[in-house]
Amino acid sequence: MELDSLYQEVILDHYKNPLHKKLKSSYSAQVHHVNPSCGDEITLNVTLEGGLVKDVSWEGVGCSISQASTSVAADLMIGKTLEQALSAVESFSALMSSKGTAAGDEEILEDGVAFAGVSKFPARIKCALLGWMAFKDAALQSTGK
Amino acid sequence: MMRSNFSPAEIREDFAIFAKTMRGGNRLVYLDSGATSQKPRQVLDAERNFYENSNAAVHRGAHLLAEEANAAYEGAREILAGFLNAEVNEIVFTKSATESINALAYSFGNSAPGSKFALAPGDRIVVSLLEHHANLIPWQQLAKRTGAELRWFGITPEGRIDESNIDELINDRTKIVAITHQSNVLGTIVPLSNIVAKAHKVGAVVVLDACQSAPHFAIDVKKLDIDFLAFSGHKALGPTGIGILWGRENLLNAMEPFLTGGSMIETVTMTDAKWAAAPKRFEAGVPNMAQAVGLAAAIKYLENLGMDKVAEHEAQLTAYALDKFSNLRGVEVVGPKESKDRGSVISFTMAGIHPHDVGQVLDQYGVAVRTGHHCAWPLMKELGLVGTTRASFYIYNDEADVDVLIESIERAQKYFKV
Repeated sequence: MELDSLYQEVILDHYKNPLHKKLKSSYSAQVHHVNPSCGDEITLNVTLEGGLVKDVSWEGVGCSISQASTSVAADLMIGKTLEQALSAVESFSALMSSKGTAAGDEEILEDGVAFAGVSKFPARIKCALLGWMAFKDAALQSTGK
Repeated sequence: MMRSNFSPAEIREDFAIFAKTMRGGNRLVYLDSGATSQKPRQVLDAERNFYENSNAAVHRGAHLLAEEANAAYEGAREILAGFLNAEVNEIVFTKSATESINALAYSFGNSAPGSKFALAPGDRIVVSLLEHHANLIPWQQLAKRTGAELRWFGITPEGRIDESNIDELINDRTKIVAITHQSNVLGTIVPLSNIVAKAHKVGAVVVLDACQSAPHFAIDVKKLDIDFLAFSGHKALGPTGIGILWGRENLLNAMEPFLTGGSMIETVTMTDAKWAAAPKRFEAGVPNMAQAVGLAAAIKYLENLGMDKVAEHEAQLTAYALDKFSNLRGVEVVGPKESKDRGSVISFTMAGIHPHDVGQVLDQYGVAVRTGHHCAWPLMKELGLVGTTRASFYIYNDEADVDVLIESIERAQKYFKV
């Protein structure tokens, strides 16, 4: 079924059991992002230390795609260098604008490639991007850029 | 001529879009008329006919086409006046209901101090928690610009207007009461008689947001005794780009315009201008003529069905759907659960499945619904919800559509294993 290309098992797993979904009290930057058209909201904390993403934690409400995607992004970023992390955000953004033509690089995106099918559903792309954009915003704020 | 039997199947034949094949090879089950209605062939033909046979700028030329364009445009105004039981000069064509309400808010804001419409710090504007953003933000911002105070009716647990504090809310300083006729989220029909009587007693004007009511049941502005009304053409089988602002003639003629420019003047010098009488005063620029003509065709289509028949059909369908919903486990209807004093809009939540995901699964079965906060964010916050899934019915829907909706909801539960 066409739906299965959207709702990969790994997405439903992250939705039911999201990772790092509990805000830590210390962080280098905190951001609050919303999708005004649907009301999805997340708050995301990033801790950077010596050019490394030390920690990402978040809290939020939204659909399975936005929640699972934020879970995947948070887990992926922790332990990466800032440069690797931002490059992963770019890679994920490119995947989302691929209109179903790209599969995504599993070495860079790990579970993030499960969202490749989302790019065929224009109304859901912004759901998938919510957590990644929040991370990028928070990471750049942490570095003062 | 009135049709003898109300037949959604027969009605659907006038709408080409129902021949479309949806995702999964399914037929279209369109349950999103609360957002915008589909358009019958008669409306599209009327627009095309205007462009092909009568297109000219109204109120300007001296040629045959201008004459015909005038006749078509002003004829459309007469049809709209008849639809609302209003006077012809009281019907203002705007581009949307949103523009209609903004026109009022800006006009009031432009009033000279001392005018009936002028607002000063301490004056009050009253709305309700049920409002669509289009009947909230223009008033909220007018309050900010003028220093007036914005107050609102709350809601009961069932999602009806809580009138218990009406005497405190609508006080001597109240200038405007702007309220929805029917909630676009909950379907609640707001009883107006008390509110209108109280508002008029203190000298306030009543603005009615009729976007969710005018397309669905007969409205008589004289009987309602309101002062202003707004609704959008595209929710009433009409084209996009056309809205209605109705106002009492004496009030419209005492008001400042919102948009200024061509057509809305009586005289102009380099330093000053005098305004034309209503409705022209509020129709600056070449108007959306073909869309007005298309809307008139839509209204004729509805009147041909009979607005009472339309209302009766929707009430029956809503009762049928509410009954089916009451038997679904893990599904909660948000808002009134009986069909009395409620329109054909059903919002619901599903345990363990976000509205967007519900909408996505429904789409797989050809079912088009609205998901999210429905441009009523404050209401959602009050209800403690992030959003709902909303099914809204119209003349072309029938019980088979409701059955597909219910089956698809059950399939969504299976898919998400809840």
